[in-house]
Amino acid sequence: MTSEQTSTTRAAPDTGSPKRTRLPYYPGCTLKTTGKGLEDSALAVAETLGVELVELPRWNCCGVVTSLTDDDLMRHIAPIRNMVRVQEVSDAGLVDDKRVVTLCSMCFNALKWSNARIVGDAEDLKSLNDFMYLEEDYRGDAEVVHFLEILKELDPEAIAEQVKTPLGELNVAPYYGCTLLRPKSIGIDDPEDPTIQQELLEIMGATVIDNPYKTVCCGSYQTVQDKYAVAELTHGILSHARAAGAEAVTTFCPLCAFNLDNRQREVLEKHPDFEPMPVFYFTQLMAVAFGLNPKCCRFDLNHTDPRPLLRGKGLMKEGA
Amino acid sequence: MSESKTMMEKISESTRSLTTGVDTRDVEHWVTIYIMGRGYSVPADLTIMTAMEFAGYKLIRSCGCRQGFCGACATIFRREGQYKLESALACQTRVEDGMCLVQIPFSPAEAAYYDIAAESYDYSVFSKHYPEVARCVSCNTCTKACPQDLEVMDYIQSAIKGDFESLAEQSFDCIQCGLCALRCPAEIVQYNVGHLGRRMFGRYGSPEPEHLKTRLAEMERGEFSSVLDALVGASTEKLKELYAARVRESDE
Repeated sequence: MTSEQTSTTRAAPDTGSPKRTRLPYYPGCTLKTTGKGLEDSALAVAETLGVELVELPRWNCCGVVTSLTDDDLMRHIAPIRNMVRVQEVSDAGLVDDKRVVTLCSMCFNALKWSNARIVGDAEDLKSLNDFMYLEEDYRGDAEVVHFLEILKELDPEAIAEQVKTPLGELNVAPYYGCTLLRPKSIGIDDPEDPTIQQELLEIMGATVIDNPYKTVCCGSYQTVQDKYAVAELTHGILSHARAAGAEAVTTFCPLCAFNLDNRQREVLEKHPDFEPMPVFYFTQLMAVAFGLNPKCCRFDLNHTDPRPLLRGKGLMKEGA
Repeated sequence: MSESKTMMEKISESTRSLTTGVDTRDVEHWVTIYIMGRGYSVPADLTIMTAMEFAGYKLIRSCGCRQGFCGACATIFRREGQYKLESALACQTRVEDGMCLVQIPFSPAEAAYYDIAAESYDYSVFSKHYPEVARCVSCNTCTKACPQDLEVMDYIQSAIKGDFESLAEQSFDCIQCGLCALRCPAEIVQYNVGHLGRRMFGRYGSPEPEHLKTRLAEMERGEFSSVLDALVGASTEKLKELYAARVRESDE
């Protein structure tokens, strides 16, 4: 971007490139329901940064959990059918990239792992293509990326330029969970000591509280079977963040968010002295820092309301 | 009338199938189909349904509107030399030589019982009444089974996403034949999920039609009472007269 530009009418956010790259985007079911706060805020942030996410016109379940059994190909149909959809929009010229962007880190994990597993085995790819005979054959050249990777590719200056409300007063502990990082072949960062959220939070001006519990398991689907077992994990993760000085945590995973946020109800049952802590989707905080309309954050869907904290820090107007 | 017929004509009439009205002497092309494994020679231009009747079956189930709308005549068949089990509506599909078939008179599938006014208009209504939807592996077997060529898997995925509008749109032509549910490896009852979704969309997702509100108000004001009372009180002769003089849409 040239600083000499003095146009009085401020058009669409300018990121320096004349034509925005259109990336295929896979939402996943949670982002259309309980995780709306992640989708809406991420789409608003992407638009601000000049990244055009084009939702796949047809998509199905990501597969949720990657099947590790050798001969259980049935469980790979769902993710690979989505890769066929990516191929379709790419072939039709509706997008400029064969890398499909995910926001939900479980969808990211399931799609990327399955894609790698099936593309890496020509015989299995043929089996699936034969089974899905109503679809075009998947050629195996589409890729799965996470939104954080797209953010990391951008010029940090361009991101910093959009920060209207630096998060300076806010002490935030990034939380990763497992699906963004493990297995190592799929993960987007060091599985033991990830820093990708920290780097971006620092651009946002936040005070980042690093702590070793950032990669501890949230309890995942045990939350269905035994919510109190998960509540103990939540208590551990949030108490350590609090002890390290954090006032809130961030995540990209709707399941981690559910376990860390909604399970605070059960934490309070067992530990009445526990101080509730807001759990942000990463992009909700980005939207706050960018000064975007808070409606896109869907804070009404958060269990522990983060708005009092934001207002207390002067990061959100009263009444907003 | 019958007295003028020759004996040969009477015999000829008796060979005519009572239900199909097909005179076998007029038939040039014949095919062999297998109904529940037993072979029958039937005229090649019949539908599966009329062919079954030609073969002597009296259909008291698996037969309804005969127009492809009611979904009662779900049929599973296999073409000669093929491994695939295919499905169709018997009243809409012509027989083929070597076709092996059976009709499915009824699907004893679960249908949820609910008070639509008490349900919340979001995805949770599906996980509450049909939690199996979460088990969909996207194999698309339901879509392949659908005799209406609906994108069944896509509308189940719409249910998982809580997208009532696309679910209603994509399942609108469902005739509830049950073939999708019979073939689903995840044991989902697709057609009842679709039914629930369309009802929810109708109640909560679509605006109340203005003309319906207007007409209901007219009825409540008693604007049609005198016309109706006149009909109820009319003599049989008068009713016959009115019926003969009626204006049909096709007359206009």
